[in-house]
Amino acid sequence: MDALASLADGFAVALTWQNLFLALVGCFLGTVMGALPGLGPSNGVAILIPLAFTLGLGPTEAMILLTSVYYGAMYGGRISSILLNIPGDEPALMTTLDGYPMAQQGRGGEALALSGVASFVGAFLATWGLVFLAPQLVKVALLFGPAEYFALFVLAFATLGGIASRNQAKAAFAAALGLGIAMVGVDGQTGVPRFSFGEVHLYDGIDFLVAIVGLFALSEVFIFLEHRGEASVEGKDTGAGIGRIVPSGRLIARCTPTMLRTSLLGFIAGVLPGAGASLGSFLAYSMEKKLVDREGTFGTGDPRGVAAPEAGNNAAAGGALVPMLALGVPGSGTTAVLLAMLLALNITPGPLLFTQNPDVVWGLIAALFIGNLMLLAMNIPMVGLFVRVLLVPPRILMPIVAMVSFVGIYGISGSTFDLLVMVVFGVLGWLLRKLDVPLVPVILGVLLGNLMEANLRRAMTISDGDWTTLFASPLSIGLWTVSIVGFVLPIIFGKVLRARMGRRKDEEGAVSD
Amino acid sequence: MSDRIFGGIGLLLAAFFIWGATQIELSFISDPVGPRKFPMIIGAVLGLASLVVLIRPDAEPHWPPLGRLAEIAGAVAVMVAYALLLPDLGFVIATAAASAVLTWRLGTRPLWAVVTGVLTSLGIYTVFHLILGLSLAKGPLGF
Repeated sequence: MDALASLADGFAVALTWQNLFLALVGCFLGTVMGALPGLGPSNGVAILIPLAFTLGLGPTEAMILLTSVYYGAMYGGRISSILLNIPGDEPALMTTLDGYPMAQQGRGGEALALSGVASFVGAFLATWGLVFLAPQLVKVALLFGPAEYFALFVLAFATLGGIASRNQAKAAFAAALGLGIAMVGVDGQTGVPRFSFGEVHLYDGIDFLVAIVGLFALSEVFIFLEHRGEASVEGKDTGAGIGRIVPSGRLIARCTPTMLRTSLLGFIAGVLPGAGASLGSFLAYSMEKKLVDREGTFGTGDPRGVAAPEAGNNAAAGGALVPMLALGVPGSGTTAVLLAMLLALNITPGPLLFTQNPDVVWGLIAALFIGNLMLLAMNIPMVGLFVRVLLVPPRILMPIVAMVSFVGIYGISGSTFDLLVMVVFGVLGWLLRKLDVPLVPVILGVLLGNLMEANLRRAMTISDGDWTTLFASPLSIGLWTVSIVGFVLPIIFGKVLRARMGRRKDEEGAVSD
Repeated sequence: MSDRIFGGIGLLLAAFFIWGATQIELSFISDPVGPRKFPMIIGAVLGLASLVVLIRPDAEPHWPPLGRLAEIAGAVAVMVAYALLLPDLGFVIATAAASAVLTWRLGTRPLWAVVTGVLTSLGIYTVFHLILGLSLAKGPLGF
């Protein structure tokens, strides 16, 4: 098997002291960020990107650090879900349903341990899925010409709102806004300045890292400021007992079929565009409820109700890396942010990444396996440590988040102008979240706008200005069809699905997964 | 109502964006599409989406009371001041001041806010500058 041989090479890359250390740091930070309500995988990774960049880490090292944070956050989200009934991040929402009742019954430790194992199983299987599926997808992607790529970008935007999207008009608005921001600066093909209005700082365009950190991290600070003093944001005491932290063999054996089924489902949800980890955990929970909940114990502290969403969301997190690495088109918020890191390092993801930088890809995948083991080790015996982190009140944490964001951006450019632009994006992010406009399409637009335009213009140059070239191949017709279906379906089914997922805890919601 | 205003602003923005696209100078080298058309398509999508929001607004979001809006405006002012003063004051002083004000407004008692601000600043300085070697803004005092 090619994939296995490449993976072995990957382990050779990942098993250096420096990379192991970075994976360890990433896993630790990720778990902390996931556990803290308000900081999720996407803003956690967003804050770290400028830092990884200014520290001069190479592409492999930087990606190992950041994907460890990503995986770690998926583990960490469950801690506050179980102990405080507050999801640490959006994908962990479903874990509150059975996790918190378990904690109230004094079985919090058991729930934490079991969900740790479930997270491990989900992430482990999904990483294997990544090993085998990504190279296959690369083969398909090599058939893509500029017209197909353009259609693929359209597909990504059309489906990004997700099946559970509330308002497709707002999702489209967000995408167009992001693309519009990407247009600022000198046009790469003809060299004329666009939308810069004579401001020299704008000739280079708006740095997407500045936009991402502002939209994701600073807006969170404003949300906290707005809700100051309300019960849901103040650090709550973990009133419920933790109990034993070691999972019993019997319990794990009982949940194994659940974990295997939901891992598969979660992985598929992660790979598909527009689904992501939140939907993965939701689908996993509802499927298990239908399949095994004969006594009606789901929702009252059933261990399987804890295992299902955790295996599902971790598997979805792994699955979401497949389109990001193989096609260069991310399907979720955090993978969009990871893509930003690659672009900042001048590495273009997509099929060429696998041939030109196999060390980055396979080193990264190997690091995911290693990180996953570290996370299992960290999250079961040491979970008490993370529980203590939850007691840091947001009033101290949030200023730190803001200041670290400033440090990262200032470190890249040393420019006051960029800091001001970041504050503007922070306010914009807050406003958009209040108005229920999703932020992920904005980010993706800023990131991919120039690539999307370049592919359109390349396709048109090849066809000498004939617009029908965009729909000329069966592959691109297929992509356009999926885009249209993916955009229209949520308008029809979104309401039903949302009603089932239940009211979200806070209306602005966590940013995304 | 919020969504109607939002849609209206979106429409204006789209119009402005399309007007901006028509102002892009054309260079003598060009491809069949040129630098104007893609921005115009984006502007059209932006306008269309805004129009839909304007016609079919969602339920009113929960806006914070005026006092809280002032708090947020205050935080923005602190951040802007921080960005502008950073090169003059140096990292440690500017950061201590900014995080003290922020944590105070988030509910820490004034005296503790100062302590928290100084500790936050020194902590970040230690981790990012002394340990990781990141270059932070140097003030007149050298830190």
